[in-house]
Amino acid sequence: MATIHLEQVGHSYGSAVYALEKTDILFEDGKTYALLGPSGCGKTTMLNVISGLLYPSDGRVIVGGKDVTRMPTAKRNIAQVFQFPVIYQSKTVYENLAFPLRCRGWDKARIAPRVAEIAELLGLTARLGQSARRLTADEKQLVSLGRGLVRNDVSALLMDEPLTVIDPHMKFDLRRRIKQASDKTRHTVVYVTHDQNEAMTFADEVLVMSAGRVVQRGTPQQLFESPCNRYVGNFIGSPGMNFLSVERDGDRLLWQGFPVFSDERVGRLAPGAELMVGIRPEHVAFAKDGVTGIPAVVQGVQHHGNVDVIDAVIGSERLKVKARSSLAVRDGPLRIVLPVERTRLYVDGTLLF
Amino acid sequence: MSLVLNSVSLSRGGEIHLDDVSLRFDRGGLTTVLGRTLSGKTTLLRAIAGLQETDRGTLTRDGEPFGTLPAWKRDVAMVYQQFINYPHLSVFENVAFPLRKRKVAESEVGHRVRSVLDVVGLAAFGERKPSQLSGGQQQRVALARALVRKAGVLLLDEPLVNLDYKLREQLREEFRGLLASQADATVIYNTTEPAEAMMLGDRLVVMHEGRVLQAGVPTAVFDRPASALVARIVTDPPMTIVAGTLDGGRVLFEGGLALDAPGLLAAMPPGRYRFGIRANEIEPVDGGGIAGRVTFGEVSGSETFLHVETMLGEAVVQLEGVHRVEPGRQIGLSFAPERLFVFAAQGEGALLHAPGHGEG
Repeated sequence: MATIHLEQVGHSYGSAVYALEKTDILFEDGKTYALLGPSGCGKTTMLNVISGLLYPSDGRVIVGGKDVTRMPTAKRNIAQVFQFPVIYQSKTVYENLAFPLRCRGWDKARIAPRVAEIAELLGLTARLGQSARRLTADEKQLVSLGRGLVRNDVSALLMDEPLTVIDPHMKFDLRRRIKQASDKTRHTVVYVTHDQNEAMTFADEVLVMSAGRVVQRGTPQQLFESPCNRYVGNFIGSPGMNFLSVERDGDRLLWQGFPVFSDERVGRLAPGAELMVGIRPEHVAFAKDGVTGIPAVVQGVQHHGNVDVIDAVIGSERLKVKARSSLAVRDGPLRIVLPVERTRLYVDGTLLF
Repeated sequence: MSLVLNSVSLSRGGEIHLDDVSLRFDRGGLTTVLGRTLSGKTTLLRAIAGLQETDRGTLTRDGEPFGTLPAWKRDVAMVYQQFINYPHLSVFENVAFPLRKRKVAESEVGHRVRSVLDVVGLAAFGERKPSQLSGGQQQRVALARALVRKAGVLLLDEPLVNLDYKLREQLREEFRGLLASQADATVIYNTTEPAEAMMLGDRLVVMHEGRVLQAGVPTAVFDRPASALVARIVTDPPMTIVAGTLDGGRVLFEGGLALDAPGLLAAMPPGRYRFGIRANEIEPVDGGGIAGRVTFGEVSGSETFLHVETMLGEAVVQLEGVHRVEPGRQIGLSFAPERLFVFAAQGEGALLHAPGHGEG
């Protein structure tokens, strides 16, 4: 296990446009990272630079203090799990899991307990004697993962969309097993995905990527509570964050004429900047008795089960409000409040505070 | 005017796919069919489309026999999980295909295809090949091809399941609008996701192992699930259900916890029951509460679901927002007994009591 440092790394596939723009990134030892973004955002390029499938056009890759920039994958001591399971169909599950250890010259007495331990972690104990060919797709993917986890000498475990070919209905179970196993083994994990829920469930830290850049890096909670811009605010959370155009009035911000924010820093902002506040649908509150609040008209309510999502209209703007269904207003007028501690200010599209 | 299934059964190779299914689908409404994998949802659509022959029972449409018609005479359009398009044809020709097959006049083809591409937001993509589109756009092409026919019955089999999370969210919101042009159609929409079934359906049908467990207005099914089994299927994250006994004023859960029973529960005859509580009704408390150990935390959209081992068995807790809770963390849980559902101890656990909106 080791720290991975991408030192001013960038990559272009020959054209002037960088698939991965020059960046400096440190992945700490023993933590789980998710590279999250839509296809073409550069996340797989970054993963391939770490694994050595790709030599970057700029910068250095330092793993465990050693420069591996031009070192082939096989020498980097990295375990990988791909979209499609990579296993020996003709061997049993046990032999598949034991294989990486045998290659490293472990003796049988040491292999057996280690394989048993990993099989237990992944819930594969009952399958050990079975031929790998006869496993289901999700079990095969667990064996692929097990082949990576079984080695305790790897510097990092890299996973590239490992749940893509799994039946959507099996994903929950597999997600849970992968998460529990990687939590226990504490490898340095870099996990590539386009799925927000996967990234937010797995990772200690998420790197949200777009157009070859890391847009924001943070814990799942930071990304949710303080997205750095509109893109992240929309991309994380469901439904995404509300962004409301506001006007400045001294130290106050007015939304549709109603004061929503007051802070001396507002007064110091440069004139002419585009100002928006962001608030998550679950953080919009209903005005209690004695509070005027902002009058809103309910345009529609979506019942999701445990929660309702209310489409509200205030003046010329729309706002989504999430509420526990047993409390939700079914229709008619509402009075809402935007709690200051939950409201974020964006200046020219970027989070200020 | 409607599509009616009366006691329809269908088995293949000794496996029962539809078991005495009786349903009525009204024209001009959207019915969501909710069930887990292998619940019989897909077979139901295939039987209606005429792709699979039924063993027993009848299908009628507007009172006329329907089940005896060959598939091509049924006036049914279907959209599948996978994005199925003709790869060698442009988007425009993909959508025009069913009209050309029916020898619709060329002037009308152009008009209808353009109007439906406009509805699904692909007006600018008519000349592209499906492979040049994103997954969400490809599924819109498949949907457009089903919509353009203005078929009397529109069947959708988990159409969004293979799309990215944000696209799914967006298309779900748009879906009712996309169907506005099909006001006279009978629309049936299969899904495994409770929230999707709840938000899209005018009516909701819950299926399990080939049987219809409950049908009704979505909020009514959610508020009063007919059984513990239905409650589990319509609730995501799953409802925590625990066996126990009721004895006068006390609820005694298996595992040892005892609570004072609220008014309505106390009035029920003493005996063994199953008690259910939804994940958003359980709250972590600082100090005290029911002792538990977190086994897994997962983020779903803007919520965090905690799976917690307690003396009552596994409980699922829904937290608002995104939180990091390490596996192994000890936490205390609490819930208001007024929010308990009570189900029969036997069989699928018929509903005996549901909390009202005003209680708790």
